[in-house]
Amino acid sequence: MFQFVLRRLASAVPTLFIVVTISFFLMRFAPGGPFNLERPLPPATMENLMKAYHLDQPLWNQYIQYLKNAVTGDFGPSYIYKDNTIAELIGKGLPYSVQLGTYALLLALIGGVLVGTLAALRQNSFLDFLVMSVATTGVTVPNFVVGPILTLIFALLLSWVPAGGWGDGSLKFLILPVITLALPQLAVFARLTRGSMIEALHADHIRTAKAYGLPQRAVVITHAMRGALLPVVSYLAPCAAALLTGSAVVESIFTIPGVGRYFVLGAINRDYTLVMGTVVLVAIFVIVFNLVVDILYGLLDPRVRHD
Amino acid sequence: MTDLTDIPTTLIPPEESKGRSLFQLAVIRFRRNRAAMSGIVMLTLITIFSFFGPYVISHSYDQVFPSYVTVPPSLEPLPKAETLGDVMKGVADRARVELRDFAVEDDSFTATIHSDQPIDPRSTRYFDRANEFDNTQVTATEEDGRTLKLTGEVHREYFPFGTDANGRDMLARIMLGGQISLAVGFLASLVSLAVGVTYGAISGYIGGRIDNVMMRLVEILYSLPFVFLVVVLVVFFGRSFILIFLVIGAVEWLDMARIVRGQTLALKRREFIGAAQALGLTDWQIIRRHIIPNTIGPVIVFVTVVVPKVILLESFLSFLGLGVQAPLTSWGALISEGANKMQSAPWLLIFPAIFFVVTLFSLNFIGDGLRDALDPKDR
Amino acid sequence: MTADSMGTNENVLSVRGLKVDFTTPDGDVNAVKGIDLDVKPGETLAVVGESGSGKSQTMMGIMGLLANNGRVAGSARYRGKELVGLPVKGLNEVRGSKITMIFQEPMTSLDPLYTIGRQIAEPLVHHKGMTFKQAKVRVLELLKLVGIPEPERRMNSYPHEMSGGQRQRVMIAMALANEPDLLIADEPTTALDVTIQAQILDLLRSLQQRFGMAVVLITHDLGIVKHFADRVVVMRRGEVVEKGSIKEIFEQPKEDYTKMLLAAEPSGIKEPPADTAPIILEGRNVSVDFAIGGGFFFGSNTSFRAVDGVSVRLKKGQTIGIVGESGSGKSTLGRALLRLLPSSGHYHFADKNISNFDRSAMRPLRKELQLVFQDPYGSLSPRQTVGEIITEGLLIHEPQLSRADRDKRAIAALKEVGLDPAARNRYPHEFSGGQRQRIAIARAVILKPKVVILDEPTSALDRSVQGQVIELLRDLQAKHGLSYIFISHDLAVIKAMSDYVIVMKNGKIVEEGPTEEIFDSPHQAYTKTLMAAAFDLE
Repeated sequence: MFQFVLRRLASAVPTLFIVVTISFFLMRFAPGGPFNLERPLPPATMENLMKAYHLDQPLWNQYIQYLKNAVTGDFGPSYIYKDNTIAELIGKGLPYSVQLGTYALLLALIGGVLVGTLAALRQNSFLDFLVMSVATTGVTVPNFVVGPILTLIFALLLSWVPAGGWGDGSLKFLILPVITLALPQLAVFARLTRGSMIEALHADHIRTAKAYGLPQRAVVITHAMRGALLPVVSYLAPCAAALLTGSAVVESIFTIPGVGRYFVLGAINRDYTLVMGTVVLVAIFVIVFNLVVDILYGLLDPRVRHD
Repeated sequence: MTDLTDIPTTLIPPEESKGRSLFQLAVIRFRRNRAAMSGIVMLTLITIFSFFGPYVISHSYDQVFPSYVTVPPSLEPLPKAETLGDVMKGVADRARVELRDFAVEDDSFTATIHSDQPIDPRSTRYFDRANEFDNTQVTATEEDGRTLKLTGEVHREYFPFGTDANGRDMLARIMLGGQISLAVGFLASLVSLAVGVTYGAISGYIGGRIDNVMMRLVEILYSLPFVFLVVVLVVFFGRSFILIFLVIGAVEWLDMARIVRGQTLALKRREFIGAAQALGLTDWQIIRRHIIPNTIGPVIVFVTVVVPKVILLESFLSFLGLGVQAPLTSWGALISEGANKMQSAPWLLIFPAIFFVVTLFSLNFIGDGLRDALDPKDR
Repeated sequence: MTADSMGTNENVLSVRGLKVDFTTPDGDVNAVKGIDLDVKPGETLAVVGESGSGKSQTMMGIMGLLANNGRVAGSARYRGKELVGLPVKGLNEVRGSKITMIFQEPMTSLDPLYTIGRQIAEPLVHHKGMTFKQAKVRVLELLKLVGIPEPERRMNSYPHEMSGGQRQRVMIAMALANEPDLLIADEPTTALDVTIQAQILDLLRSLQQRFGMAVVLITHDLGIVKHFADRVVVMRRGEVVEKGSIKEIFEQPKEDYTKMLLAAEPSGIKEPPADTAPIILEGRNVSVDFAIGGGFFFGSNTSFRAVDGVSVRLKKGQTIGIVGESGSGKSTLGRALLRLLPSSGHYHFADKNISNFDRSAMRPLRKELQLVFQDPYGSLSPRQTVGEIITEGLLIHEPQLSRADRDKRAIAALKEVGLDPAARNRYPHEFSGGQRQRIAIARAVILKPKVVILDEPTSALDRSVQGQVIELLRDLQAKHGLSYIFISHDLAVIKAMSDYVIVMKNGKIVEEGPTEEIFDSPHQAYTKTLMAAAFDLE
C-alpha cells in the first residue's frame, strides 16, 4: 500500500514536468506579453521591465530558470499584482477556495448519492421523474444564472443572507455560493448514482442475495450500493479538483477572494508566472485526488487492491 | 440415429427479404419514447426559429433604436397610443396649431388641427419630421383652411421580447444568439467527435506501448486547466467565431477519446474482430469497417451530452468576456448580460434563459432516449 | 405419471398452471404457458429443455426473481404455502432457508466485493438471527463440507481469487447453510470444465443423500439427468412435453421431441486420410508467451507461457481434434498455427516455410487458412448484413470480382451451408445460434480455403443443433477436401468429428494418437480422468 502510494507519487513527477513544459511554451508562443498595455510604455521603461523580470533572456534560459526555481517552491513574482509573489497570492486565496469547495463537494456528494439512489429504487415513478428533472435542470442551467437568481431571491428580496463577500466566513455568507457551486455537481452525482444503481440492481449477485431471502435493506445497501458507488468514486477525482481549486464564476458573483479568479485574470493579462502557478496548482490537485480516489477505490473493490 | 440436416433451412423468418438493422430497430424504439420525440420537435422548432426567424422579422440584430432603450416586452406596438398622442401634441405645438382630435388605427393616424389663422398645408412637414410619423397628407380642409384633417402613417415597432440597454431588439438578438450557440454546439461536437473517435479507436486498437503513450497524453491534457487552454488558444489564434468551436472541440475530444478507447478495447476481444484478422484485413480496414461502426451507439449518445456541454462552455466563455464579440452574440452572452441587469430588466435574462434551458432540456431528453433506444437492456 | 394428483402437503413443491409472461416493446412474450409439476421430499427432479424452453424462468417465477418486466400467474405451493403473489417479506421466510438456489454463472453469482465467508454467513445471519461472529463456526463447517481446502484461510478470500469450480462449491455451501427442504440448481455445471462438472455433481449427490433434501435440477444436458435424477420433466417453448421416471423417459420416450433430444448426441466416426496424403499445415515446437501487466514507466514485465513447445502436423483431408479444459492453451495453439499472434516455432504451409512471414506476407495466405469461432453471437459484426459479412473476405482476396459476382458467390455459399440465400440482406441478430454458426462457416468456405480451424464451433449450441452443424462440417469436408483442426472441450463431439486427437493440459500435449486409440485405451492418467468424467455421465 505504502509502496503503491510512493510509486504513484513518483510517476506524477514526469506528468507534472510535462504539464509545466507544455503550459510554459504554449503561453510564451501566444502573441503579446504582460507589459503590452493599451497605452504602450516608453521603450526604455519596457526594456527595464523586461530586464527586471528576465524576459529579455532566451526562452530556453527562462525555462530552465523557472524549473530550477519551481523545484525549490519559488514560482516567481506576479506581473500584475506587482507586490506579491505567486506563492503569496495562492497562499492567500486558496484557503477560501478550499473551504468553499469542500462544503460544496460534501453537499454534492451526499445529496447526489442520496437522491440518485432513491430515484433508482423507484425507477420510472413520479419521484424518479421529479428527481431526474431537477437533476437535469441542475446540469442544464449554468451557475452564472443560478447564482444571481439565488442572490436576487434570498439576499435582495427576502434579505435572509448577505449578497456576497466572505464576512467572517460563517454559514450565512457561505450558503449561497456553496449551493451555486454544488448544484451542477450534485446533479451529476445523482445521475451517475441512479444509472449505476439501476445497473447494480440487475446484477447476478443481487439475484443471489434476493434468492437467499436477504432483507431489502441488505440487498440494496450492503450489496447493490457498494458496487454502484464505484463510478461515483471515479468521478470524485476530477470533481474535487475542480471544486477545491476555485470557480472563477462563483467567486466573481459572490465576491469571494479565492484563487478561482487568478486563472482568468492571469491568462487575460499574460501574467506568465501567475498562470504557471495556477496550472501547477491544478495539476497537483488533480494528481493528488486521482491518487486518493485510487486508494478509495481499492478499499471499496477488492479486485483492484494494491498490496 | 436420426439425420437432422434437413430441418434448419425453413427456420428463416418468412417476412420480406430485407432485414431490419440494429439501427432501424433503435429508430423504432426511439420513436416510441415521448420525451425524446418532444425533445426532437422542440429542438427543430428552436432551430427553425433561430435560423429562419431573422428572415421573417423586420429588425436586424445590430439595429439600434435610440428611442426604445430597455423597453419591456409587450405584444402591443410601440409607441403606445397615449405616447403617440403626446408626441402629436408636441408636434402640433411646434407647428403652432391646436390639436383637436387624434386617433390611431393600425399603422395610420388621423388628426384634426385647428388654428385661428388659415393653416399652410405645407406645415404637414412638421409632422413628417417626427420619427413616429410619415407621409402626412391633408384629407379635408374646413373652416376656410383654419381646420385641417390630416392622415398619415405611423411608424410603430413591435418588441415582443423587449429591447436591451442599447435599444436593440431582443427577439432578433435571441435568434442570432441561437444561431451561434447551436452552431458552436454542433460544430464543436463534430470536431471533438472526429478527433476523439479516431484517436480513441487507434489507441485502443493498437494497444500496448502506443496506447500507453497516447492515453498518457490525454491524462496530461486533462490536468491542464481548461480555462487556461481555451484562453491561450483564443489569444494565440485571435478571437473569432470559427475559433471558439475549434477550441472547445479541441478540449472536448478528450472524453470522447476515452469512451471510444474503452469501447474499442471491449470490441477487440469480440470474436468478429478475430474473424476479420483471420480474413486478412489490415489494421486500418478493421478500424474503419468494424471498430468505428460498432462504437457508433455510445458515441451518438455521448454527442448528445457534448452538445449541451459545449453550449454551456461557450456561454461560460462569454461570461468571462471571451466569447463572440459584439454586435454578435450568443445565448450565453445574452444570459450573462441579463444576469447583470436582472433587477431592473428581468426580460433580458428570462427570454434567452428560456430558449437556452429548453434547448438543453431537449438535448438531454434526446440523449436519454437515444441511450435507451441503442441499449435496450437498460430498461 | 402418478404425481399428477392434486398438490398435497406431501409434496415439497407443487406447481399448477404456472404462467410467466414478459412485457417487451414488441409485445408480450409468454415464456411459460401454464405448467404443472410436483417435487416430492428427497427426490431429484430434472427439468430438461433447450434454450428458450422456459425451464429457468419457471423457477425464477416461483422464487420471485423475475426481471422487472416479468409477471407470474398460477399457483406454486411450498408445503401448502402459496408462493405466487406473496409479498417479498413473506417470500423471504422461504427463500434462503427452506428453498435455496444455485445458479449457472459461478463467476457473477457471488458479490465480488465481499469475502466468501461473509456471503455464506449472510443467510445464517438473516434467517437464524446469528451474528456474523457466531456464524463463523458454521461457515467453516460448510466450507469443509463442500471440499474447499484450507477453509480458515479461504473464508477470507474474495470470489475473484477462486476458480469457477470453487465458486460453485461456495454457492453450494451457501445453499446448504440453513439445511433447506428444496435446492434448485439452475444449470449448475454448464459453465465448468468437464472434470470439475463431475466433481460438483458428485458433491451435490452425496450432500443430497446426507441431508435428504429435494433437488430440482434444471439442465439441457441429458447425460447429467440420466445419472443424477429420479424423475424428468421435458419442457419445450414454455410447455411440458413429457414427464416420467428416468426409466420411462430414457427407455420408452413417447414424444418425438424427447426422442430427438435423446438422439441428438453426436455420432459417427471420421475415417483417417490415406497415409500418403501430403502434410498441409505443420507447426513444430510452437510456443506462445503472453505478457502479464507491465506499466509504462514502472512495473515489471512478467510473462505467461500459454503454449509450450507443441508440434502439430495436419494432413490433407485430416481432422485433428484438440481436447483440453479451459486454460489448456488449445485455442491459443489454433491461433498460433494460423500465425494470428506472436509465437515462436517453425511453421510450414503446403511445403512453404512460413516461419518468418509477417502480417503482410501472411495476408495472401489467409484465403487458404480460415477460422470459425465458438460464439456465434460475438463472431458476426452486428452492424453488417449477412451478405456483407460473408463477402468481406472476397473484397480482400479477390478484388477483381464485381458486386454481382460477389453476390452470386454469397448465394452459393449460403446454399451450401443450408441457409436461404435471402438471408444475405438480413442482420445477424435476426438469426438463431445455429443459423449464425452456419453464417460463420459460410464466411470461411466462400474463400475456398484448404485448412479451417474450428474453435469450439458447437459449444454454444443446443445439442440438437450441434448435430446439424457437425453434419454440415462433415459434408463440407468431404465435398471440398478440407483439412480441419477441431478444438473442443467436448469429448463426444471430438470423437464424432476427428480421426486424430491431441489432449492438452497447461500448454503442453499430454497424449496424442488416432481417435480410437485415445478413446479406447488412454495411457495417461489425465486423459483417463477426462474420459471418465465425460463418459461416466452418458
